[in-house]
Amino acid sequence: MTLDRTTRERLVRAMAEAVIAHADELTGLDQAIGDGDHGVNMKRGFEAVLATLPGLANKPIAEMLKTIGTTLVMKVGGASGPLVGTFFMELGKALPENPVRADLVVATDKAINAVKARGRSDAGQKTLLDVLVPVQAVLAEGGNAEAIAAEAERAADRTIPMLAIRGRASFLGERSIGHMDPGSRSVSLLIGAAVTTLEREANS
Amino acid sequence: MSSPNSGNVGIVIVSHSSKIAEGAADMVRQMVGHAVPLAWTGGDVDGGLGTNVAGILEAIETAWSPAGVAILVDLGGAETNSEMAVEMLPEDRRARVVVCNAPVVEGAVIAATEASGGSSLAAVKRSAEEFYA
Repeated sequence: MTLDRTTRERLVRAMAEAVIAHADELTGLDQAIGDGDHGVNMKRGFEAVLATLPGLANKPIAEMLKTIGTTLVMKVGGASGPLVGTFFMELGKALPENPVRADLVVATDKAINAVKARGRSDAGQKTLLDVLVPVQAVLAEGGNAEAIAAEAERAADRTIPMLAIRGRASFLGERSIGHMDPGSRSVSLLIGAAVTTLEREANS
Repeated sequence: MSSPNSGNVGIVIVSHSSKIAEGAADMVRQMVGHAVPLAWTGGDVDGGLGTNVAGILEAIETAWSPAGVAILVDLGGAETNSEMAVEMLPEDRRARVVVCNAPVVEGAVIAATEASGGSSLAAVKRSAEEFYA
């Protein structure tokens, strides 16, 4: 996979625009089981990322991802800023300049472990890890873009019946059941936008 | 925010609400005066409820002491953002900043009281956390 400058710019733009376009939906999900700021926070963070384009895309892939991560950490706030930001920062540290799938498998595994450590959490607790972990498994098994995007959607849906163990929703106990985890939805949007863009670029 | 020079451990208060952070800092000042470097931060970058890494980094800088800094936090995001801020510090400072697992108001007052006697960072953290246990 070659990520030339144009592809990198399209990739970042697609991810940011997906989150920004769904900000109201994310806030609605967070109002049900959290503090209702997830959409606004994520929108603020990704607007800040967009503002660094097109210059951001001139950076090597590692630097670009680290910059995205740092920007999200500084701008998103909440618990999502450090969690999503850490994912991008660690991905940047672990990826070589022209990554092949095996590199992506290793790097996403490392980044997911960093998110687990940052949130002292694991899959099954109704957090973004409930999307990251199963999607990474599909990536590792060789799933194509369509399979990855589909798993991201399904994984977010699977958080609906879960009981929240970490995060603000855990204060609600059993009342957290029946609502989709907002962080999982955000991550599924990011993954969907990323793989769709990369697939399109690969076929163009 | 103010921090007179002092060899004592510094205290940073992080709340989702700037009013809570400021109020807790007022209570600390009443208890220990200016014997410890103290800073507070609260709210997201737009001034709403929340916490932000930049604000926390600034507060750590304000309350910096060679003896280290103990951070008291309220809800989850305050803790996660504080830990993130600690990791973003220059390497030589990282090991000298701790996030205490203690209630923000009580923990801040007890930590500051302990710090005002010249206790080590470990002892300050322990005192704040023992109160909670």
